[in-house]
Amino acid sequence: MNEGRFSPRFSFLVFLSLVSMTLLAACGDNTATTAITAAGSAATAGSAATTAAGSAATTAAAGSATTAAAAGNLSGEIKVGALVTLTGNNSPFGIAIKNGYDLAVSEINESKFLGGATIKLVALDDKGDKQEGISVMSKLLDQEKVVSVLGPTLSSTALAADPLAQKAGVPVLATSNTANGITQMGDFIFRNSLPEAGVIPGTIAAVKAKLNPKKAAIMFESTNEFTKSAADVFKAELEKNSIQITGTEAYSKGDADFRTQLNKLKAASPDILIVSGLIGEAVPIVQQAREVGFTQPIIGGNGFNTPTIYKDGKEAAEGIIVGSAWFLGSTNPKSQAFVAAFKKKFNTDPDQFAAQAYDGAYLMATAIKNAGAANSKAIRDALAQIKNYEGVLGTFSFDANRDPVHQPVTVIVKGGKFELFQ
Amino acid sequence: MVDASLLTNPVYFLQNLVDGLARGAVYAVFALGFTLIFGVLDIVNLAHAATYMWCAFAGWVVMAVLNMPLVVGLLAAMLFGGLIAVILEFIAFRPLRQEGAERLAPMISSIGVSIIMVSLAEAQFSSQTKKFPSEVLDPKPLYLGGTDGVRVSWAQLLIVVVSIVLMVALGYLIRRTRTGKAIRAVAYSQRAARLLGINVNRVVVVTFFIGGVLAGAAGILVGLLTNNINPNIGADIELRGLAVVILGGLGNIEGAVVGGLCLGLVETFSIAYFDRGSDYKDAIAFLILFLILLIRPNGLFGRQEANRA
Repeated sequence: MNEGRFSPRFSFLVFLSLVSMTLLAACGDNTATTAITAAGSAATAGSAATTAAGSAATTAAAGSATTAAAAGNLSGEIKVGALVTLTGNNSPFGIAIKNGYDLAVSEINESKFLGGATIKLVALDDKGDKQEGISVMSKLLDQEKVVSVLGPTLSSTALAADPLAQKAGVPVLATSNTANGITQMGDFIFRNSLPEAGVIPGTIAAVKAKLNPKKAAIMFESTNEFTKSAADVFKAELEKNSIQITGTEAYSKGDADFRTQLNKLKAASPDILIVSGLIGEAVPIVQQAREVGFTQPIIGGNGFNTPTIYKDGKEAAEGIIVGSAWFLGSTNPKSQAFVAAFKKKFNTDPDQFAAQAYDGAYLMATAIKNAGAANSKAIRDALAQIKNYEGVLGTFSFDANRDPVHQPVTVIVKGGKFELFQ
Repeated sequence: MVDASLLTNPVYFLQNLVDGLARGAVYAVFALGFTLIFGVLDIVNLAHAATYMWCAFAGWVVMAVLNMPLVVGLLAAMLFGGLIAVILEFIAFRPLRQEGAERLAPMISSIGVSIIMVSLAEAQFSSQTKKFPSEVLDPKPLYLGGTDGVRVSWAQLLIVVVSIVLMVALGYLIRRTRTGKAIRAVAYSQRAARLLGINVNRVVVVTFFIGGVLAGAAGILVGLLTNNINPNIGADIELRGLAVVILGGLGNIEGAVVGGLCLGLVETFSIAYFDRGSDYKDAIAFLILFLILLIRPNGLFGRQEANRA
């Protein structure tokens, strides 16, 4: 009865069915967890609302550079959607971003920034997943009927989900997307996060000026649009500065053992190591780089712009250099007021993503105010007009392509915090 | 295509050999539990990866939250894995077996359990990555032959040692003990075993326990190696574990060990010696698997008869 159960064909069949079952199981994970995490985020949103009361402090920081228009016409509750990554490896970004939105929205409502109207932020978890992003975006557009959307957290999600909003004529303001091709999706897509091409040239120039490296190695995640496009910008900038690239190695989302790639890169003895990755993998990469004996300076992409890098990376993170849109020690008074309010409300330091999110929510509120109506098209037009807005990021404008214009900085991890690299 | 200076560098070769063996040892331990349950019970337990993930968390709780030493963490994770697997047998597999369900039913049932387990872990631990404190295992590696020599981290050393101990222990248990004899009898034919007076249900529970212990060991070892524990770590190893089981021959214990080591080495060497190998490491590894199956359809150690475990 047992004879022949393991014929060649059977082995193949089992193998094929197992592979498909595993894929099926992987997809299933996402859907099955929706209920739990949705409930979870609703709970945190609730508690955020209750803690909001005490922090009406820095409302004066609001946008003043724009012509205060017919805000008096606004009334009731205006629904603004937000797509944030609250679960998964990249949740440190999404949590910081949601905190930034929450702080700004509570200030906006407390200070009657919109006159008689208030903003209701409908923040949903996209799990850092393209499919999930699409379904959550549809929910915001079709069920919640939001007038505009903030987010999503990751560029890859934005590239999948934003076309829905473009089609529906609902403006999207990305506060953390830095990949190429975001605003090219259409005239309703804006971002206040500097694209890689706006930050990396300054970073490489600063590194070249101070460290004068001759050879560089690059490690990047090949399964994400942002990390790929950042790696390309790094390559182009290295060539421009005549720094030789001795090796380029890729890894995939969720990988955990990077020793082999690092070992290979190390063999060519580069002067610097460039890592274009997201935070989930960035910490183990940095730690394993130190373990395999990489003592050279590490230059991180935008994914390194969070305190998680030095909180989790500890000694291994010391000396990491990152190009940033903003940094904690900024002397801009708006920024200092924001840092104080953020610390008071969330008991932790804000990072670049929280700062961009906070400014983004204010930009959106300013556009709603200037539009004078809870109308998506009018809000889009008002957003496009914003020039010289004084915010946490400094003096901010949108260019003709709805991309941000403001001055980036280069920071270095020293003694467990970001300092200006100078 | 391959960098010549790397090809002739013996330290680089040995380094990759060490890294590849450590990587492969984990695949082997994971695949052992998989293949044991398959070999004995003909059940594809797709909740094995979820068990593995939960055990990594169990070890993390014991070592990072309760600040217990490494040995306690290891044992706790393995014991926890055994318990989970036994619970799974009672709630997800035994009822189906008693109803005489379809051959595929237990597999579907295990997928369901797996999804529930991952969701519970996400709810319990959030999906943020957990890390071990550096007191658990010294993060500074050992060097063989000076600092320019071959680097071996303590985690890698631990993995190889624990893996060898577990493989030898499992081999001994299956071949030399009464329990092992009973397990082999049940693997051959549950009906015949029952006729000989073997308590089949008890043997099944023992088999699940052993499988769970192996999943637990793999979970905590990978957790230590990568220092990166989150609810989704099971998905990454699951497919590789299945590949290893099939590569080695379904239900074959030596096969799982050799298959695991092979996959670890192939992955490592394809990154190390192919230009852009890191882009294609999975493609290369699975292409090789496919070719081996074309030549040896029953896997490296596969036999036609069902005398497996």
